[in-house]
Amino acid sequence: MSKRSVWMLLAIAVITVVPLLMGGKFEGADGEAAAIVENTEGFSQWFSPIWEPPSGEVASMLFALQAALGGLVLGYAIGRMHGRRPSDDQKDGAMAPRG
Amino acid sequence: MHIMEGFLPLSHALGWYIVSAPFVLAGAARIRRIVREKPEARLTLAASGAFAFVLSALKIPSVTGSCSHPTGTGLGAIVFGPSVMAVLGVIVLLFQALLLAHGGVTTLGANAFSMAIVGPWVAFGVWKLAGRLGLSFAVSVFLAAALGDLATYVFTSLQLALAYPDPASGFVGAALKFGGIFAVTQVPLAIIEGLLTVVVIEALSGKIRDEDRIATLAGEGK
Repeated sequence: MSKRSVWMLLAIAVITVVPLLMGGKFEGADGEAAAIVENTEGFSQWFSPIWEPPSGEVASMLFALQAALGGLVLGYAIGRMHGRRPSDDQKDGAMAPRG
Repeated sequence: MHIMEGFLPLSHALGWYIVSAPFVLAGAARIRRIVREKPEARLTLAASGAFAFVLSALKIPSVTGSCSHPTGTGLGAIVFGPSVMAVLGVIVLLFQALLLAHGGVTTLGANAFSMAIVGPWVAFGVWKLAGRLGLSFAVSVFLAAALGDLATYVFTSLQLALAYPDPASGFVGAALKFGGIFAVTQVPLAIIEGLLTVVVIEALSGKIRDEDRIATLAGEGK
């Protein structure tokens, strides 16, 4: 990994941690906006989710699953592309004769 | 930026479906062509979708004391152009609407327009503009991904303001109110997404010259 990437990852960590030190409730911004909409006069939610995770635990499991699936594919792609590159010169042209 | 299930009036919900549909169809055609003509790019295409999948699952704390998530749509838009992200973004939104009750089926059209269409187009536009201005690779990618992320949330605020204008201050007042929640919270997250997009593009393309990275990932390089 390049030096540039390392510095950027460190910066990401700092930007994530600073708000935690500043404090707050850290509820979802989506929910805050939804609360404003709900308080609008005449608002009614005319359609409810077809299925909802029964608890916060189940929801966090599914969020983790989403991240894990994405991470799996991303990791595979990075690994595949790195594994492929050095051998490209040899692979060009004919394959090595077998046995 | 997810507008919750049943939170937009029926006419708005339908309207956003109608304006989003052509972008998604065009994106599907583009993906088919990429898969057929540039098989080397398939892995990057999968990685672009996966990046959006990961990033939109991460709720990150912000300086406003609330949490939100990045979108991850800039990477694919930079490499392949914005249209592919319309399809990949909708897949992410469907997963979250059906399994997490995050967003919704009725608001899918609206959420797709902000996250899978506006964000990627802004990212792509900024990327092209930055290139023309002669900015370096890392700065260009950072600006494209960060501003695309931010644009998604600004647009969500506009969508909500359009549906629920403030009784006193109208559309503009409502847009500022929703923007105050979404866009301000999103600023540090957009910076994170910009930085992470540079890191991931570098990781995917490996040890090559900066100028060759995007072409290599798009399957156009040597």
